[in-house]
Amino acid sequence: MTATTYRTCPRSGLQFESQAEKLMMVNAVTAVVVLLVGGILAIGVVLTRWPAVHWLAADTFYMVLTAHGIDMLIFWIIFFEVAVLYFCSSTLLRCRLATPKIAWLAYALMLIGAVTNNVAVFQGGSSVMMTSYVPMMAAPAFYLGLILFAVGALIACFVFFGTLVIARRDRTYQGSVPLVTFGAITAAIIAVFTITSGAIILIPTFLLSVGVIQSIDALVYRTIWWAFGHSSQQINVAAHISIWYAVAAIAFGAKPMSERVSRGAFLLYILFLQLASAHHLLADPGLSTGWKVVNTSYFMYFAVLASMIHGLTIPGAIEVAQRRKGFNNGLFEWLRKAPWGNPVFSGMFIALIGFGFLGGISGVMMGTEQLNMIIHNTIYVPGHFHATVVVGTTLSFMALTYFLIPVLFRREMINPGLAKWQPYLFGLSMYFFCLVMMGAGTLGVSRRHWDMAFSGSAMAYEWPGAAYLLMGLLGISGIASIAGGAIYIYITVGSVLWGRRLDEGARNPTFTPIPRTAPTLVAQTYGSAGFAAPGTFVLAMVFLVSFILYYFINWKYLSQVWGLS
Amino acid sequence: MSAILPPSERLWWKHPLDRVEGTWIVISLIWCLVMFAMMIGWHVYGRQNLSTETYRTTPELFTKKTQAMVDQYTVRTETDAKIPVVAPPAGSDIYLIARLWAFWPILELEKDKTYRLHLTAMDYNHGFSLQPANINIQVVPGFEHVVTVTPNKAGTFSIVCNEFCGINHHTMVSRLYVK
Repeated sequence: MTATTYRTCPRSGLQFESQAEKLMMVNAVTAVVVLLVGGILAIGVVLTRWPAVHWLAADTFYMVLTAHGIDMLIFWIIFFEVAVLYFCSSTLLRCRLATPKIAWLAYALMLIGAVTNNVAVFQGGSSVMMTSYVPMMAAPAFYLGLILFAVGALIACFVFFGTLVIARRDRTYQGSVPLVTFGAITAAIIAVFTITSGAIILIPTFLLSVGVIQSIDALVYRTIWWAFGHSSQQINVAAHISIWYAVAAIAFGAKPMSERVSRGAFLLYILFLQLASAHHLLADPGLSTGWKVVNTSYFMYFAVLASMIHGLTIPGAIEVAQRRKGFNNGLFEWLRKAPWGNPVFSGMFIALIGFGFLGGISGVMMGTEQLNMIIHNTIYVPGHFHATVVVGTTLSFMALTYFLIPVLFRREMINPGLAKWQPYLFGLSMYFFCLVMMGAGTLGVSRRHWDMAFSGSAMAYEWPGAAYLLMGLLGISGIASIAGGAIYIYITVGSVLWGRRLDEGARNPTFTPIPRTAPTLVAQTYGSAGFAAPGTFVLAMVFLVSFILYYFINWKYLSQVWGLS
Repeated sequence: MSAILPPSERLWWKHPLDRVEGTWIVISLIWCLVMFAMMIGWHVYGRQNLSTETYRTTPELFTKKTQAMVDQYTVRTETDAKIPVVAPPAGSDIYLIARLWAFWPILELEKDKTYRLHLTAMDYNHGFSLQPANINIQVVPGFEHVVTVTPNKAGTFSIVCNEFCGINHHTMVSRLYVK
């Protein structure tokens, strides 16, 4: 075994193994660099879709949109997730990282893959969007880059699993893994499924692009590609929900209301979340109604059930922790007295509310077989996934970064006053951005479309004035959220480069196991028959009522369109 | 004592539920089952369900069928490209080709009459986005998708391609008349 050291962080009590620590830093920093690239590209996308500005030429726009999609949805998020996986295994379980050299190999493959893919896109011949539907072809390097990245990410997942084995073998903890690690295991299992699906479809597509095979069926491609494309976003769901539990624990010392319920909900994700790739195929020919209904609903909405459970138990756990501290007045004192000035908490909470109300509800609408017909490929779709992936995942990662800067990077955050405001600017402008996209999508405006005025066409369609207004608001709110993203990058990069160095804490050649925590009196009586989180329950009912109303409004809307059978 | 530490109770799965959680799980499960039943129920009682009738096809085969319809039912041509406007009889099979970067031909239908609309793409994936009715269907090359449509409003509709299909994607827009 190679010699390594373990550092106990004096600010958090967390123990970092030196190899794992370096890998986490490198993966997280790379992720932020990719976010910067994707953010710059976002300026081009937003300023072109803003009808009054209509900035880029069509070919540049489609190239920029392709790169923005892949950099944000795949590279930024998965680089960060690898750091999260190493954190949830090595750091939370206080063990060494398995096979650090192979973990470096994984990183190298991911980096080479990401760069190769980006170079292919920016050469201009691969403006095929993230989905790259055959028979539209990109350059071979486009697929090769994605395949290399996927192989690297798959290796990183197995390093994570190996680390879990080491922790168990070295007895660094007793009993079950922490809930957050359990959530990370969920994410990693989903990642293995996702990446395998990606390989199954991208390898033949690469062979097609170099001429080894002659054709790939367009519908088979769509079906398998979405098992990669949608599932990659399900990794995020499992990862950012784990982060929410972690933030609740870090900021409040909150304990899960019930381990059984929260873990059961993660288990539902493992079992059912992958079926959701059917969401993208509901408007397709060739697939049977039964297949569509069963898959799109995650087999009777069991994964929606899981998300609704997490949506209650995380704020519920915070409420219980706050009430124990004495914030017991009324229904909502616990929430009013929460640390709203701490970006770790505010970022996480804005992400949670936005993910549920905007991303979750809109996702179920699009994923309803018939309702999909009034939404498919409209700009409602990016409205939905910016609410899940940007408000949900990206903002959660930002919140976690504010915690990691002093703890992992051992730097004092520069400009904490600005950091305090960043989640509000980024999160709330993103809320608005998603809402106006959903509004424009409801009016039918297409996604991935360079010119809503159809210039150069003899039969141009005139969108309603409201659609133009909404697309203008999209431009304004998009620029506001890009500014919010820029502040995040300034603070993180600035802190890591020139923030004041903090005490790194004691280093030991061996790990210190997690001490056994005796069940406390509170733990024994807690939750047995009470109604421990009434405020959260009220918020959950508000969510449910909005959900039900909006669901039936959409059915009403559908019932008015042409008869189709 | 927290989500980032192992559960303090070894037998955490025996821990009783709080009523907040139990109640919410029951409510959520009921709502999930309602939503599931809604999709199935709409197939029985609703009037907007996407057909799954699909055949494999080739550009040659589909063009032949479309051309036959155009030859028989063209009433006039429109635009400089002289796109035929076709008014097939109610209840008949009607064909629409999606290709780079146009739809062909233009269909003229009657209100409250039912047609079997055949869709395919000649080259790449395209989108059939009927505006302002806002009905959106994926058009996949190699597959002939037969959708039964019953227009419920008269007027001039537009068909917008809403699947990215290359540099002139934004010019791929056509009309559909309902009388």
